[in-house]
Amino acid sequence: MNYHLNFNLIWRHFDKLWQGLVLSLELAVLSILIGAIIGLVLAIWYVSAGKLVRAIISAYVEFIRNVPLILLVYIVFYGIPTVVDFAYSATVSFVGTLSLYAGAYLVEVFRSGLEAVPRGQIDAGKAIGLTPLQRLLHVRLPTMARITLPALSNTFISLFKDTSVASVISVPELTYGAQWINFNTFRIVEVYIVTTIMYLITGYSILFGLRGLERRFRAER
Amino acid sequence: MGENRRPLLGIESLRKSFGKVEVLKGIDMAVHKGEVVSVIGPSGSGKTTLLRCVNFLEIYERGSIRIDGQEVGYRDGDNRQRRGETDLARMRAETGMVFQSFNLFPHLTAVQNVMLGLVKVRRKPKQEAREIAEHWLKRVGLGHRIDSLPAELSGGQQQRVGIARAVAMEPKILLLDEITSALDPELVTEVLDVVRQLAEDGMTMLMVTHEIAFARDASDRIVFMDDGRVSAEGPPGELMAQAGSNERLDAFLSRFRTSHL
Ligand SMILES: Nc1ncnc2c1ncn2[C@@H]1O[C@H](COP(=O)(O)OP(=O)(O)O)[C@@H](O)[C@H]1O
Ligand SMILES: [Mg+2]
Repeated sequence: MNYHLNFNLIWRHFDKLWQGLVLSLELAVLSILIGAIIGLVLAIWYVSAGKLVRAIISAYVEFIRNVPLILLVYIVFYGIPTVVDFAYSATVSFVGTLSLYAGAYLVEVFRSGLEAVPRGQIDAGKAIGLTPLQRLLHVRLPTMARITLPALSNTFISLFKDTSVASVISVPELTYGAQWINFNTFRIVEVYIVTTIMYLITGYSILFGLRGLERRFRAER
Repeated sequence: MGENRRPLLGIESLRKSFGKVEVLKGIDMAVHKGEVVSVIGPSGSGKTTLLRCVNFLEIYERGSIRIDGQEVGYRDGDNRQRRGETDLARMRAETGMVFQSFNLFPHLTAVQNVMLGLVKVRRKPKQEAREIAEHWLKRVGLGHRIDSLPAELSGGQQQRVGIARAVAMEPKILLLDEITSALDPELVTEVLDVVRQLAEDGMTMLMVTHEIAFARDASDRIVFMDDGRVSAEGPPGELMAQAGSNERLDAFLSRFRTSHL
């Protein structure tokens, strides 16, 4: 074993990793927000629509879930602009892809959450004369939110890790930063040690933060 | 009772099936303003289904249910056209319902549970809705728990919130479906006392109950349902007297004679 660990070069380029981490978080936050909107709209549509709409939504979910994320990233970034004459930056393209990806998972989460709202609560809403929209807003969604919060947190943590896929289209997030340092310093072991630790610390911080939020949410409500 | 007066709730030849199974086999019933009518009967005889049809939580196709002359689930006119959702919501606001399993909104406090319908359906300003809600919560003995969440309340307290939520809407008629059956025995009285008070104040009520003694004391009439039909009915004393000539009623009541009466 004649490889001597030397972190000096890593620290010299640490801003690449730091900025990458910040971008990874931004990508994950944007994607969960847009994905949650996609998921919620489609889930509400699904539970109130007929067979055709359900089939189309299911097809979307199945497609996304059965195609590797990296392939989706390529399709959206290289494929779509080739077919239709429309260009977007790698970052925008990736946020779009990850949002669609998150949306497909969250449709399922929200749909089962909506269906898990006890019948009795919906009956009680009907009995006091709430309209279907009022029942959705004041009875079903609040209960669904409580049911789905843990799954939402888990999805966010996965999305944060999945942002590393953006490196394949040169979005300068954390993994891309690590690759850049590796190519320029050849300190492959050191850079991936530091990067892994950064993913772990951030991932666990998010986990504990969200679990804390969930507890508070449950206690308050 | 003025029998030829139009009843507040008039049910005629009501039939209801779940799939191939007919659960209500032609029910006729009338409840007049201010009357308290109890429905008793073996489990599975269709009591819950009957109450749920009255506010169209179950869809009935055959027969008629009218509240104050208005058909509950269908528009007036010859071709029986189902009411739209908004129209149905308006109709349902005229009847209050208290459920066996309370069915409070778990994310709302006691006072918010009562306020929701007042604000969203009755369109009351928040402040006024809150005052009405607090008034009713005090009436059911929960003035000190208005800001509690359902999960923080006992079953009896939750059910009293359920009653307050229903009566605060000033319904024309209150439907109660075995509202004490999910409660521990020691909590039953506090809920029944509230119902008794409402009866004394003139609230029109149609209640399904297993509390035979309570039904006898608090109702103007008792209806005995058996296998989807009204098998006997009359003022409490009269109904009890019919047990001699009605085997099914006799069998049903005998279970209570040994335990409660
Ligand atoms: N949603 C439903 N679907 C199918 N069958 C039902 C449904 N609700 C009630 N039933 C059946 O209808 C019958 C009457 O039920 P119910 O009205 O709850 O009786 P009760 O309240 O007198 O015990 C029972 O046989 C029950 O199994
Ligand atoms: Mg029942």
